[in-house]
Amino acid sequence: MFDVIIIGSGIVGSLIARALSKYEINVVVLEKGNDVAIGATMANSAIIHSGHDPLDGTLKAKLNVEGNQMYESVCKELNCSFKRIGAYVLATSDEEVEQLLILYKRAKDRNIPCQLHDRKQIKQSEPNINDAVVQGLWLPTTGIIYPWEVAIRSMENAIENGVVLKLNEEVVGITHSDFYTVKTKQSEFHAKAIINTAGVYADEIYQLINPVIDFSITARKGEYFVLDHLNKPLVNHVIYPVPSSKGKGVLIVPTTHNNTLLGPTSFEIDDKSAINNTHAGLDYVRNQVGKLIDYIPFDKVIRTFAGNRPTGTTHDFIIEESKRFKDFYNVAAIESPGLASAPAIAKMVEELYLNNHPLKFKSDYNPYCRKQIVLSELSIEQRNEYVKKDARYGRIICRCEKITEGEIVDAIHRTCGATTIKGVKKRVRPGMGRCQGGFCEPLVLDILARELKKTKEEILLDDLGSNLLFERTKSHEKD
Amino acid sequence: MRKIKCVIIGGGSAGLSAALSLVKQGIEDILILERDQELGGILNQCIHNGFGLHTFNEELSGPSYAERYIQMLETTKVKVLLNTMVIKITQDRIIEYTNPNEGYVQIQADSIILAMGCRERTRGAISIPGYRPAGIWTAGTAQRYLNLEGYLCGKRVFILGSGDIGLIMARRMTLEGAIVCGVAELQPYSNGLPRNIKQCLEDFNIPLYLSHTITDIKGIDRVEQITINQVNSKFEPIENTEKVFDVDTVLLSVGLIPENALSEEIEIKIHSKTKGPLVNESYMTSVPGIFACGNVLHVHDLVDFVSHEASKTGLAVARYLTHDLDMDCGYPCSSGQGIGYVVPMQVQPKNIEINLEILFRVNKPSKDTTILVKDGQRIIKEVKKRHLNPSEMEKIILTKDEISNITEGIQVEVAQ
Repeated sequence: MFDVIIIGSGIVGSLIARALSKYEINVVVLEKGNDVAIGATMANSAIIHSGHDPLDGTLKAKLNVEGNQMYESVCKELNCSFKRIGAYVLATSDEEVEQLLILYKRAKDRNIPCQLHDRKQIKQSEPNINDAVVQGLWLPTTGIIYPWEVAIRSMENAIENGVVLKLNEEVVGITHSDFYTVKTKQSEFHAKAIINTAGVYADEIYQLINPVIDFSITARKGEYFVLDHLNKPLVNHVIYPVPSSKGKGVLIVPTTHNNTLLGPTSFEIDDKSAINNTHAGLDYVRNQVGKLIDYIPFDKVIRTFAGNRPTGTTHDFIIEESKRFKDFYNVAAIESPGLASAPAIAKMVEELYLNNHPLKFKSDYNPYCRKQIVLSELSIEQRNEYVKKDARYGRIICRCEKITEGEIVDAIHRTCGATTIKGVKKRVRPGMGRCQGGFCEPLVLDILARELKKTKEEILLDDLGSNLLFERTKSHEKD
Repeated sequence: MRKIKCVIIGGGSAGLSAALSLVKQGIEDILILERDQELGGILNQCIHNGFGLHTFNEELSGPSYAERYIQMLETTKVKVLLNTMVIKITQDRIIEYTNPNEGYVQIQADSIILAMGCRERTRGAISIPGYRPAGIWTAGTAQRYLNLEGYLCGKRVFILGSGDIGLIMARRMTLEGAIVCGVAELQPYSNGLPRNIKQCLEDFNIPLYLSHTITDIKGIDRVEQITINQVNSKFEPIENTEKVFDVDTVLLSVGLIPENALSEEIEIKIHSKTKGPLVNESYMTSVPGIFACGNVLHVHDLVDFVSHEASKTGLAVARYLTHDLDMDCGYPCSSGQGIGYVVPMQVQPKNIEINLEILFRVNKPSKDTTILVKDGQRIIKEVKKRHLNPSEMEKIILTKDEISNITEGIQVEVAQ
């Protein structure tokens, strides 16, 4: 019997698991995928918005502002990348300037640092903006992160503080008596409380126990392009157009690893699992993105991706204990600014739970994650210290991003470590570069098979069923 | 800091040939830095034959072709470091490399030859819509799995792009028991060598769909189905021309890109078409003392041509090291009407000893045409060509006399 079952291990589920791992309770996280951080956490704009955008009086507004402030310390404890690079909202017409002034007032009212800049001021730090831009709202507290890194590290830290993570456990039934029974495809778990952080599927999870539809969730697809490292950056800050009813619009976003994201689209779709890119979606981004920046180097595109945001019927986050089922907490409809709000959401859920269950702190709780070495960021002397200890830090596996075998082996053996090609890619980035794994994938596959003591045919790209190699070739059968 | 006369980055066909050429000129203080565990580069996974007809007058497999050069190299004093990756180079030719034995090391080179080869264009770079499951590779990666690792990565395969590696892999996968359902090519003509179309597709009844592209990929965990459409003259998919194939694997052979990350970091000027460095008649880049040859410079059709170009580069580097090159930049050499690109892009006639070889590709196929080489309006040379094809690299040779009195610059064009 567990005290708490958390369903879903996106950034919200992982941060909640970590928040609860401070206390003397038993927590299990059930994840239907083969790794943590696979849904919306894996495919978003990777921005910690300042909090200027959500409407007054919403949870989104409150938690975004709080979340933004929390990221610095969260990322410090978890050893994650976080850069407060600032953002511009750029207006190109009188009507848009009016909108900009509304945002400016909203930001001021929320005590978010902000300034209105004229074209000349903007041009100084963003030389590539085009002639249409007339005014901009400067938001210095906007940050960028590596979203799944925060989720993975949170889960790693939670596990090291006693939380149990169960992968490949898709929840198919929930019943309630004195306690909750959660049926998955393979087994059954019991707990006194349930926290539902199932992303786009949170409504379906709740409906497993609740016959009345309190809320429902539709998926809104976001499609993106990723650009390779550029010699001169395209933009130095997050660039937003003036928002419309459809959302924040198509952005230009520098990433923590010197790539550039172009996107997203925002189209409602019927199939929540449809994370495919579409002709129409990619064309839409191509057409929109040029409205603020003159020359977009589309020849530097190295990847496209898409992800689905969970949009709730109330158009605000749903973070509450169910009115029908005691100790069933829904944390649903966490669309943008969900990433920016995530630490504040976790804190809110922690407080909700604590209100019902006064808890004791664990005496041996450790909020810190062991540092993950990024060799390419170190001096030559520091790098050689690592090579002295382990020669594998001298062997480059990923030539595009200069990642060593030592870093990959560490990512496999850490708590909540990588077991798949994509798992390694998410944690240490081989395959994120311009060759997209063309050169390093066979090498990473070798390392995974060796370290996990598996055959090469057993190594997966990602989820169960995503095996890469079928069988030995005829000519090698005799070996 | 250790000093070396010439550091060659890459121990594939270009690097090996350049090294041997330097040795012939009496320069032996050479270091080859190779990231793989053996010399030979991509030749090692090209186990089909067809290599060496121009160089050795016989048909060799990729590994045997490499072996010829490796054996010749073993008789010299050239030093080789394997499992060694160059991290960065500087404009004044300091090279930082790493390997498991030495760790991170900096050395000073009098000259550098860039011989890093090329990489394959990926699915991401051409933005094919659809899902992103397992089973989508560049043809070269599948070739590595098959030929070096000994694993079959697909049983029902569709190939996008008619580049030579794709064609070779169509045959190779078929011979290993896979079913290759077809090859789609965006252009109205094939991008591979005619002999590969014949021997790898036609001989195995594998259909080639010209003016077609993949418009959708389905499958959550592994590829399950793809859709191809015919395209119009602007390469846009035409509605209602869909053909659907149930396959578990998609291989891409949609172009090769010179691997110039190191070059770009030190702002060596890169040509917009070749994606390789701008070089002069001596294969020197825009940074003095740094040279480039082989597929890092521009993508070649045959390894024999790479070896030939690298050998000439070695010769030029030897002259550079003995201060025998005129460093004055000379005249531009450029592509005119109908020509995609020319190599070299700059010519100093004083540095030409016997003749100048200009390599180029045309923009589109044609028959019975004339290639003109001009200096301003003056025609230096006319060459008749029966067939011209973008997939086949062309060569024009100008004698020292023909270029001795250039006044404006050399331009190559297709006559109207």
